[in-house]
Amino acid sequence: MIIVGELINSTRKEIFNAIENKNSDFIKEIAKKQEQAGASFIDVNAGIFLEREEEVIEWLVTEIQQVVSVPLCIDSPNPQAIEAGLRAHKGKAMINSITGEKARFEKIAPFVTQYGASVVALCMDDKGMPETSDDRLRVADDLVNRLTELGVPKENIFFDPLVKPVSVNSLYGNEVLETIRGIMTKHVGVHTICGLSNVSFGLPNRKLLNQAFLVMAMAAGLDGAILNPLDERIMELLKATEALNGRDEYCLGYVETFG
Amino acid sequence: MFDFGELQQAIILGKGPLATELTQKAINEECVPKDILNQGLIAGMDVVGVKFKNGEYYLPQVLLAARAMKAAVVLLHPLIVSAGIQPIGTLVLGTVKGDLHDVGKNLVAMLFQGAGFNVIDLGVDVSSEKFVEAVRENKPDILGMSSLLTTSMREMQDVIQALQEAGLRDKVKIMVGGAPITQQFADKIGADAYALEGGTAVEMAKAMVN
Repeated sequence: MIIVGELINSTRKEIFNAIENKNSDFIKEIAKKQEQAGASFIDVNAGIFLEREEEVIEWLVTEIQQVVSVPLCIDSPNPQAIEAGLRAHKGKAMINSITGEKARFEKIAPFVTQYGASVVALCMDDKGMPETSDDRLRVADDLVNRLTELGVPKENIFFDPLVKPVSVNSLYGNEVLETIRGIMTKHVGVHTICGLSNVSFGLPNRKLLNQAFLVMAMAAGLDGAILNPLDERIMELLKATEALNGRDEYCLGYVETFG
Repeated sequence: MFDFGELQQAIILGKGPLATELTQKAINEECVPKDILNQGLIAGMDVVGVKFKNGEYYLPQVLLAARAMKAAVVLLHPLIVSAGIQPIGTLVLGTVKGDLHDVGKNLVAMLFQGAGFNVIDLGVDVSSEKFVEAVRENKPDILGMSSLLTTSMREMQDVIQALQEAGLRDKVKIMVGGAPITQQFADKIGADAYALEGGTAVEMAKAMVN
């Protein structure tokens, strides 16, 4: 399972304050903790800083890379901020994210090839937010073609099916699970990744739903997740699901964690 | 004597068929349409709004109640029109350009409709030109803007600017909301109000139109 640690996000109050006060020790500490807890990438998002986003993201990348050895995930829809992050980044970064929208694709795709980065590809295009799994699969087909034509290796592509709240429509969970199954069967070699928390919006005991959804999505083939790796319960569930889902040879990972 | 409490309960519990049945009964018993609307349907949705705000109700319960009310209003609509009942105010609402999130915006629309507002929902990814046009055309009391993205929230400022240039800024109150929005941001861009969630937004809006 490829885990993107989501904690360094400027919309979170403590991160916002740490950036405002140039408290790099605090940021570094959270980055290190996420790496130790098993994060494969550390997400960095400076979106709340609007016009200062580029400068802040560059600072975050430089500071964090001093203390972690895992790569970072540059999280912004803003091409200038993504480029600033990539320029500062050493090694193979992840870009979060590209979409099938014409304008956004044309701006972000060159960075994916130029920097040899991995990329999160949202299953949406100029037709808007997808409703069904068919909508999502159609966009994914199109994006696989366009990205591989540019020379992006399949293993660098992480499809995000776009999770919507089941409180709005009880079938929204199923649409995502079917999308994951579809992508992983049809485009062998690519990855699927998603954030979990959208699924539970508007409902009580959200953590429980997020946990159940992670297990179901992994059973459907999901091999990436954007989550809080310091949440012990979710990391335990992840280990258990890997063992039960044929992804943990001899259950060694499980034994090492719990034995 | 028709029991408005029963109709309220049907709305509060989101029982669509019961709400329409009771609304029809009230019409048959020749209740005043305005009473059916205010004492039955809107009074029920008021309770729903409060329960949601207090964390007693969750999104599905609000959706069900709104659906029940909508079905009942269909029956009542011809009578409302012929009786000349006016909405308590008009809200033009949309998610700003560059943002396709609609869950929160739709919830706000439902709560405002439930409170007796006329709601003109412009949808998602709404350009400042469209907002200005809708304000000019519909002369709303309130313009509501939603943004869930840090990248699109700055769009709100452009809309306010565009309204100023069109000479319409003083004609409408502006409310903003969405996950990354704060009171501080609302003040900075010159909005009139910010609400953390829909129930509060309705309360603030009612005070504005009174």
